[in-house]
Amino acid sequence: MKTITIDNTVYQIENDKNLLEAIRSAGIDLPTFCYNPELSVYGACRMCMVEVEGRGLVPACSTAVSDGMVVKTNTRQIRNMRKMIVELMLAHHDQNCTTCPKSGNCKLQKLAHDLGVSKVRFKQLECDKTIDTSSASVVRDSSKCILCGDCVRVCREVQGIGVLEFSRRGSDAKVIAGLNQPMAKTDCVNCGQCIKACPVGALYPKSQADSVWEAIYDEEKTVVVQMAPAVRVALGENFGFKPGQLQIGQMVAALRMMGFDYVYDTSFAADLTVIEEGNEFIQRFTKGERMPQFTSCCPAWVKYCEQFYPDMIPNLSSCKSPQQMFGSLCKDHLTKNLGIPREKLVVVSIMPCTAKKFEAARPELSVDGNPDVDFVITTQELAQMIQERGIDYANIKPASFDMPFGFKTGAAVIFGTTGGVSEAVLRYAAYALNGGVIPEVKELREADGIRTVEVPLGDIKLRLAVVSGLANTKALIEKIRSGEEQYDLIEVMACCGGCVNGGGQPITEEKGAVAARAKGLYEDDASLQFKSAEENPYLKEMYENGLTHELAHELLHTTYTDRSGMGLE
Amino acid sequence: MEKNFDKVCAILDKHERESHKLIPILQEIQEAYSYLPADVMLFVARELGVSPASVYGVATFYAHFTLEEKGKYVIKVCDGTACHVKKSEGILKALYEALGLSQDKLTSDDRLFTLETVACLGACGLAPVVVVNDKVYGNMTPEKTKELIAEIRKEESANA
Repeated sequence: MKTITIDNTVYQIENDKNLLEAIRSAGIDLPTFCYNPELSVYGACRMCMVEVEGRGLVPACSTAVSDGMVVKTNTRQIRNMRKMIVELMLAHHDQNCTTCPKSGNCKLQKLAHDLGVSKVRFKQLECDKTIDTSSASVVRDSSKCILCGDCVRVCREVQGIGVLEFSRRGSDAKVIAGLNQPMAKTDCVNCGQCIKACPVGALYPKSQADSVWEAIYDEEKTVVVQMAPAVRVALGENFGFKPGQLQIGQMVAALRMMGFDYVYDTSFAADLTVIEEGNEFIQRFTKGERMPQFTSCCPAWVKYCEQFYPDMIPNLSSCKSPQQMFGSLCKDHLTKNLGIPREKLVVVSIMPCTAKKFEAARPELSVDGNPDVDFVITTQELAQMIQERGIDYANIKPASFDMPFGFKTGAAVIFGTTGGVSEAVLRYAAYALNGGVIPEVKELREADGIRTVEVPLGDIKLRLAVVSGLANTKALIEKIRSGEEQYDLIEVMACCGGCVNGGGQPITEEKGAVAARAKGLYEDDASLQFKSAEENPYLKEMYENGLTHELAHELLHTTYTDRSGMGLE
Repeated sequence: MEKNFDKVCAILDKHERESHKLIPILQEIQEAYSYLPADVMLFVARELGVSPASVYGVATFYAHFTLEEKGKYVIKVCDGTACHVKKSEGILKALYEALGLSQDKLTSDDRLFTLETVACLGACGLAPVVVVNDKVYGNMTPEKTKELIAEIRKEESANA
């Protein structure tokens, strides 16, 4: 316990990481650009400068709290400094707020407003106008960058990849990707965590909203939409709802109003994934083939594996992700059932994820050049489209999904959070191997980056590992390679916490938002009548009528590419 | 571009392929190649287990490193105070003209010459000074510089 004085008030401080956190917990919203509690302290933006008695001005983020400290956070000098920092940033920024995709959710815009910066006294500097649109998932606009380095650190520290880095120095400094290459040519796995970290509009998802509108307006096209589990617990944040609050009915109604012909749930395909991946696992486990089995529903993880651990490719499940299973199933079934040609059927998916855009564009996930999933829009883009359409989201009358692809069990909706896929597969394995008795494994619902657990299932023991965040994944794989650890099934999600924290989700600084979204999914699971994938009646019917082993293999499984040589050919 | 990385491998091995020795590794590579080729940087990154971006970050942070291939003859024109007063600018102009170069284009198309300006070579007594590779030429004039270039060209075509 330490006693410190902040702006003439005495506080008892316990366990605060640094002076900035201590000041913020005292109810003072000290502004920052480069501080992110999930990342290392960088101390570049100088917005959090405070005056400490006996030491003068110090950056609060990189100052430890010491007993008896006397701190001032709002002297004239500090106020003037903060304003000037914002002005200097604006002088090196394109300032086109109205057309910026981040408008309304931009820290620079907000702080300039909050601090009363009404004019920029400095000469406008020429800024780098390069907009890199090469990536299927992430757009990088250098003219908006304020050099806070959050994207650099999140990619390096949380994902362990380091695609982004500062180049040059001083006034020439800028963030580059790879060897100053277009994003698409680098090791970027498209997870979009840099988008979430960026306080301004320098990084944002590559939008396909316009293409989706075009398809909707095209009378000749039947447009089908699927929505991933994690979207339902986050979209509402853009319309005044709390993270984790479910408004599935409103979402479906909004999608209908926008003009989609059929509104379906990716969760239906997640049930399918559970059965296909569960069967694959049981088979591989029994034969001891290609163990451990890695899950393959996360496209950022799949690309990461292809690039950095090509020797592990045989260990990846051959199952397509739920998004892609949905796409190929839809294009196979609906074309037959509705009697329309493949090119006239457009499948749109709404995902919490930017990497899904890259996944949908994989050539192996198309038939004769026609992709199984035509367009992918993120939760953020959907919110934008709802606004464009002029829907009073909070007050519309709820509607329900179309059948059969709108039906799902609880096992499917928890796919959206870390541990969910394992829990879903475990429920199915319990049915297949343990007479339906599902063991309760509380570790699966915890939030740590790496969780390992042994689950007894009848006569056998399953060794499960659940990991989220690619730096965590790397650490786990190194242990597996060295023989230090052994597992049977490993669930990997590239984003910490799973899809609920995906790169396409609404950007929030609210503490506990990710956990609240996960909780929302578990609540949805609890409210659904069936808990395990094999109970899904529409799926049962599908397997009984036409979805043969051969057809399932053709429609629902895929292959992977060794990308380890990328860039050196 | 050289496709086997034997030279780079030897340098990497000398430094035990340790990522914290990136700077000396890059220095030796630059010595061997005269610059840091992109594919070599990529190879170094992969071998050291660091990201290509962090190699690029280091390579562009230090003025010592260059990412562009230089000409066979690197000409440094001193534009320090003493040389400037002694009209180094005229020499620079003469060189731009003779070599078909400009402020934005520093290496000739035939990759024979690269033109650089430096702040001071510490040889003010000889001002204005021009250095070609490691040879110093003092008390230069635009005419003498043009002659020097012509001489190098003659030598080059005789050897060709």
